[in-house]
Formats: sequence, C-alpha cells, structure tokens
Amino acid sequence: MRRSFAPWANPDAKPLIRFENVTKRFGESTAVDHLSLNIFEGEFFCLLGPSGCGKTTLMRMLAGFETPTEGTITLGDQNLAGVPPYRRPVNMMFQSYALFPHMSVEKNIAFGLKQDGMPKDQIADRVGEMLRLVQLEKLARRYPSQLSGGQRQRVALARALAKKPKVLLLDEPLGALDKKLREETQFELMDIQHDLHMTFVVVTHDQEEAMTMADRIAVMDHGRIVQVATPGEIYEQPKTRFIAEFVGDVNIIEGHVQGQENGLWRVKTSSAEAPLTIDDPDEVLHSGQPVAIAVRPEKMVIQRDPPGPGAINVLTGEVWDIGYLGDWTVYRVKLANGEILRVTRANASRFVESPIDWDEQVYVTFAPDAAVILAE
Amino acid sequence: MMDRSLTRRLTAGLVPAVPYLWLGLLFLVPFLIVLKISLSDPAVAQPPYKPVFEWSDISGFLGGLDLENFTLLVEDDLYFRATLSSVRIAAVSTLLLLIVGFPIAYGMARAPERYRSLLVAAIILPFWTSFLIRIYAWVAILKPEGLLTQALMGIGLISEPLDILNTETAVYIGIVYAYLPFMVLPLYATLEKMDDTLLEAALDLGSTPWRSFWTITVPLAMPGIIAGSLLCFIPAVGEFVIPDLLGGSETLMIGRQLWSEFFSNRDWPLASAVAILLLIVLVVPIVIYRDVEARRVEARP
Amino acid sequence: MNRRLSVFNVTSLVIGFAFLYLPILLLVIYSFNASRLVTVWGGFSTQWYGALFRNEALIDAAWVTLRIALLSATLATILGTLAALALTRYGRFPGRTLFTGMVYAPMVMPEVITGLSLLLFFVAVDFDRGFWTITLAHTTLTMCFVTVVVQSRLMTFDRSLEEAAMDLGAPPLRTFFSVTLPLIAPSIVAGFLLAFTLSMDDLVIASFNAGPGATTLPIKIYSAVRLGLSPEVNAASAILIGIVTLGVISATLLSKRSVLRSRRNAH
Repeated sequence: MRRSFAPWANPDAKPLIRFENVTKRFGESTAVDHLSLNIFEGEFFCLLGPSGCGKTTLMRMLAGFETPTEGTITLGDQNLAGVPPYRRPVNMMFQSYALFPHMSVEKNIAFGLKQDGMPKDQIADRVGEMLRLVQLEKLARRYPSQLSGGQRQRVALARALAKKPKVLLLDEPLGALDKKLREETQFELMDIQHDLHMTFVVVTHDQEEAMTMADRIAVMDHGRIVQVATPGEIYEQPKTRFIAEFVGDVNIIEGHVQGQENGLWRVKTSSAEAPLTIDDPDEVLHSGQPVAIAVRPEKMVIQRDPPGPGAINVLTGEVWDIGYLGDWTVYRVKLANGEILRVTRANASRFVESPIDWDEQVYVTFAPDAAVILAE
Repeated sequence: MMDRSLTRRLTAGLVPAVPYLWLGLLFLVPFLIVLKISLSDPAVAQPPYKPVFEWSDISGFLGGLDLENFTLLVEDDLYFRATLSSVRIAAVSTLLLLIVGFPIAYGMARAPERYRSLLVAAIILPFWTSFLIRIYAWVAILKPEGLLTQALMGIGLISEPLDILNTETAVYIGIVYAYLPFMVLPLYATLEKMDDTLLEAALDLGSTPWRSFWTITVPLAMPGIIAGSLLCFIPAVGEFVIPDLLGGSETLMIGRQLWSEFFSNRDWPLASAVAILLLIVLVVPIVIYRDVEARRVEARP
Repeated sequence: MNRRLSVFNVTSLVIGFAFLYLPILLLVIYSFNASRLVTVWGGFSTQWYGALFRNEALIDAAWVTLRIALLSATLATILGTLAALALTRYGRFPGRTLFTGMVYAPMVMPEVITGLSLLLFFVAVDFDRGFWTITLAHTTLTMCFVTVVVQSRLMTFDRSLEEAAMDLGAPPLRTFFSVTLPLIAPSIVAGFLLAFTLSMDDLVIASFNAGPGATTLPIKIYSAVRLGLSPEVNAASAILIGIVTLGVISATLLSKRSVLRSRRNAH
C-alpha cells in the first residue's frame, strides 16, 4: 500500500517543509551550503551522510536551535524565521535522548503537554496512550537512570510524539542501541510512523538504517545535498562516486570513454584487456572523457572456467582473500594491474564440490546493465 | 512582540551584569584604592592616609603620588627578608605537601571503588571545621610540655622536652596540616582517572615498578601536581594565622608583616605598599594557575 | 577495575588520616579536661562547657558570625550562580576576560590583601565598619567559590536537556526553572554550604572589616588564643566541630535516603 506513496513525483503536490537556498556558517566554516530541499507530508525522510556533512545542522535549523545565515525554511505556510524552538510545531528525539533525569517516565512524557496548558486529565490520557504505544505502561513511575538503553529510546520517542507534532525529528535515533535491538526498532519506528501518518525526518550516518526505513534519502556531503532519491535509486543509480562508495560496497574501475555502440558505452580500462561495455543510456559522455565504472560486488560473477569467446566484460585475476560470512562469501580478486575487486556470492547450497580456493586463477564478469558510469 | 523580546534581552543581560558590577565595585575598585594609597604619604589623622581623591585637584592628586613607600620597602631590608622568607617557607611547605600528599592520594586512587567517595569525604571533612581551630589544636601538641613531648617521653624516645612551637618547623607542620586537602584532592583527581593497564604495560615491557612510577605515573599526574602545588603555594606565601600562632616572633612572613604594619604601626600606606609587593611576588604563580585552570576547564567535554 | 592496595598504600592512608584527625580528636578530648592546664589531664569534666555558655561576649559573637554567614552565603549563592551562568551560557561577552580574572583572583589572593583592600574601600566611601562591611566582604570572597562550584556542574551539564525542554514548548525562563535549576541544585547547595563555612571560619578578612558593634567568633577565639591556651576555647572548638560533623553526616545520610527512596518508588 505504500508503493503508491510518491508525492515527490507529483509536480502539483505541495511540500510540507521547504528549505530554500539555506546556508549556515559558523565563523569561517560553512556547515550548510546553499541548500534547497522539499519534504512532503507523511514522508519518512532520511538525511544521510558522514559526520560533519551538515545533516545535524540542517535538522537543528528545522527545530529552531540554529538560525540560517541565509535562505528561508517554511513549514506548511509558515516561514520559520524568528520562530523560537518552543513555538514550532516540530518535536525532536535527541541523539542522547535528553530525558530529564529528575522526572519519572510519565513526567517526561507529560512535559510538553504541560507546556501547552493541557488539562490534567487529558494529559493523563495522552500519557497513557503514549506509554501503550511504546509498550512501557509498567515503567511509568521509573526514572531514566533505572531504564535500559532500549527503554530510554522508547521514552524519548513517546515524549516527542506526545504533542502530535507536524514533523518529528529524530537525531541518530538508533545510534546508541546494539545491533539486534536496532533492527527491531527500525521496523517499529516504521510502523509507528505509518500508523500515525506523521512526517518523520531522521538524521543518520548509518546507510543500512536509512535504506531500511526511508521513503526517500538525501545524501549530504560538505554541506550540500548530493542526491535525493528513494533507497533503490540511491543504491542502483548513484549519481556520484561519493554516493556509490558511501552507500553499500562498490568496485570502482577507472577508464576513458572510447565511444558508443548500439547505445552501449565502450570504456577502455587498465583492468581488462578488452574495453568494457556498459549500459547506462542516461549519461551524456564524449570520447576520451575519464570516467569511473561502479559495479556492486553482488552483481559480479566469479568463475574458475574461462568464459566463452563471445563473452564481454571479463576481468582476470587471482583470489587474494576469501571471507566466509555464512549467507555470503566474499572474494577479493587481485587483477593483473594490481587492483583488487570485491565479489560476493550467495551460498545457495550447503555443499560445493570443489570451492574456489586461495591463489586460484579466476574470471570475473558482469552484465552491461549491472554497472553505472560516473563522470569524474 | 518587540517589547517582549526587549524585556527578555534586558533580563538576560542582568545575569552577567549583576555579578560583574558587584565584583567590579567590591574587588576591582578596592584593589585600585590599595594601589593608590600605596603611592601616597602617611598622615597622622584618622583614617591614616590622605584623602583618596578630589576631582577638583587632579594635578595635585597626580603630583602627590610618589614611590616613597616603595623606597622605604627597598631600603629597609626587613621587607626584603620577609618576602624571601615567605617564598622559601611556602616553597618548602609545598614540597613537603607533595611528599606527604602523594602517597595519600595514590592510596585513595587505588582503594576499592566503593570506599573512594568515603575517603574523599574524609579528606574534605577537616576542611569544613574551622581553620583557626585546627591550627590552635597544634599549639597544645607542639608546646614544650605539650602532648607530643609527653607522648615521645612516655615511650622513651626523648628525654628532654621538644621545643618546636615558635619555630619554623612548627610553621611547616601547620601549613602541611592545614593545606593537605588542597594538595591531595587535585592529585587524587588525576590519579583516579589513570588507566591501570598503562602501568601493567610498562611492567610488561620490562620497566621496574620504581621506574614505572617515575616514567608513567608522575608525568600523567603532572596536571594534578601543578594544580595542587600552586593551590598550596600561593596562599601559603601570604599566610598570616599559621606563622602568627605557631611561628613565634622570629618567623618572618610578609602577610604577617602587612598585618602588623596595619594593626600595630597603623601605617596604612606602608601596609598597602606591602600588599602590592606581595601581589607582585604572586603575579606569576597566579597567572600560571589561572592558565592551568582555564585549560583544565576547557579540556572537559 | 581490579585495583589492589599494597601495604605501602594502606600505611600511607592510615598515617595520613591519623595526621589529619588526631589533632582534632585531642582537642575535643581535652575540652573535657577538669584541669585548667590544657595539656595536663586532670580528670573528666564538662565545666568548660558551662563556662562557655555563661560567656555572653562569646555567645554574642557566635550569633553575629552566624547571621553574617547566613546572609553572605545567601547573597554569594545568588551572585555566584549568576556569574557561573554568565561564564558558561553567554559565550564571549565584552569584558569576559576581566570577569573571569575577577572571579578567580579572590580565591587565590592572600586574604590579607583582600581584607585590606576592602577596608580601604569602605573607609574611602565612608561606610561604617561593622556587621554590613563583614557581610559584603564575605559575599565578595565566597561568591567566587560558589561560581566555580556551580560552573563546574554547568560545564558537564547536557545542553540537549535544555534544548529538549524548549523543543517541547517551554520558553527559556521556564526551561531554566523546570530543568536547569533542579539539575544544578545540588551544586548550588554545595556552593552555599561552602560559602557559609568560609564565612563562619574567616578571621583575616573579618578582622580588617570588623567594627565596634560586630565581633565575630573567629576574632574572639583568635584574641583568646593569643593570650595562651584556654580550655574554654577547646570547648567552643569542640562544639563547632560537633556541629560540622553532624551537619556533614546528616547531609550525606539525607542524600543517600533520597536516592534510596526514588529507587523504592520505582518498584
């Protein structure tokens, strides 16, 4: 049912949050650089990027803790300039959770409602509702210091949701949880967002987290947005080498464009004897242009026997390392020019008669449409 | 909206302004007055210095300033000796404090974690009781017929009464006793944070315990050593109560000199000049201390 | 962490704490001495305590000291907390360096200088010496200690707690009173107690700024001590030590109890 949810593809849809040409400078350094971005109502939106890329600053400007140096931020029809954090219909779940240590769980959740002057009985109802939502009814009277990390995370979520904000901001919401809990919580967050039909904006540096949860991801680097797209597009059609390398594993093969044949690009590289053939019709390239070819490890095939005479995109090398991960095996293959490729293979059957071994001569191939050309 | 934000800004401005004005009026201004009076002539009338300032007579005011009091300080070698002796006593006391304080701080840092806060409290507790009383307690102990002599004669270690009271030794004992918490706490704070595995690594790499102590523990405890030493040295130089009660008449210390110029000789300008002299002696350690403190504060997350 | 105490560690702790506590203990024991000679034990007696309570001058001085300490510690706590907030929350305001200097200097400056300079100031502005001059002088000195105590708490204070309160709709002032103040309250109380003790204890600054109407307990004790040992001073000291010990112990127990209670409430 979510498949049809794509307001960003609809030119008539009105965005809920609009960043227009927003810049934020701290003294000499520029944290956010002339950035424009639209976020739509009901969206689960992820800001993804390495630390220091400006994603947190962007979120803090939305919450009102930082003021843009230039540009405007609008929420619905309201220009947020000059609106202090305590008057914004936006709530935030802090990375540290920022639970008030001197208040019990229920007092923490009630805090925001009290600020609005909500009557006591309504506050109690709402707090109860929130506690049920995050399944913490039994811990209502506990203090934050008496909770586990996962429980604190839920309290922080309940507190931020209690006021039914137009937008919920989540700063590294799962960063402090261990791996197993993180996975469970990802799906819970998605369910809650879907049930409440609320707009979530999540800041994270964890690409797996972003891929799992987000409707759309904005990948940021050096204060700019490099690409805004659905997780699938980001992974399969990365716009730049930075994104290809930041999201998931990738093999980068550098070379020069030789020309176009039947709509396929021919690229000369030092990694293979024959030019490589790539099916990436959207790129506009000219002959001699330096490019990078990006191929995901799982889209490469590793084999011991030489491929047939008509085969294209054949790379020859020897097995340098083998890592057995259970579901996958990772092969690191050293090519003649010294470059190392990473190839994964699903372990579909439990027994393999004569598995590929260390130092063996192998052939790595990939289909023309498995690769993406990135202009350098 | 405009008005509200203006009120808010004014209220917010009060937060730094009130303590700022207070310290300016009751710390900075008095200090400038001391400076001014140290440059003026003694007068016989009460208060024993000439009027501070007359707006109508600025040239007279400036002309009236001279270094007479300071010339006196330089000419009379009493002050010179008192200064030297203060610095010497403070330095020796600081060294003694380090020697006495380090093993205590080290022992506290190595104590099991659940006892540590108790030990810290026990170090601080005497500090909450009166300084004067704690020094007074030593008078009864160090007197020639006092408790120390009684005890030592009782176990037969000495046959003659010890005459420690009214000597420099008594002053050292007093300063070490009174300032011990100021030395132990900064030392403990650095030693407590120290990673034990560093010492284990040093031992593992073939360093003897004694060498490891000097090459690992002491350098890492340096911030605590410096902070503790300055925290003891600076007030010890200007100490009055300890030399006065334990030191006898021949213990020269500049803080005591200031006191007697002021209360006995009633020469306020000279007392002010002594205060300035004392401050000049302490400017360097105070600036270092400020610097160390500022860095310590900034180093925190 | 598995730390072990060596024989050396234990010995230095035992000797160190004996050195710290033995003189105080002896002082208290000899306050129950029947003999007028302070250092010669003449049997158990509480006569000096009786004499103490009949000594009106001393009792008066004690009251003056207590009132000065309460008033100056209260003022110092307010001023020191404001100063700590200014230093941690106002970034670089004009004259910040001077301000920091003025906060740190009185703490390390010899008391004789602080005492003298304040006295000369009060004389210059023609302010009669007495109760108020001592109070103002003590406030000035002790507010710096309060500042440092509160500042060190504010430094480690998680700013996101305040941001969270504002994010949930609390304006700055309400954020301060509902989140910041309750959390820094222990350091403010500690600052107050420190200021109170310093004021109760101070001899030098009080001596400079005392006037005819106001003599404090330390000044009284000091002049008695200058005349030689006195069993009455021993008794007075023992009472002060007793009060402080009781205060510290009950404060510790109270804080422990409140921790326990909040734990129990949770279950």
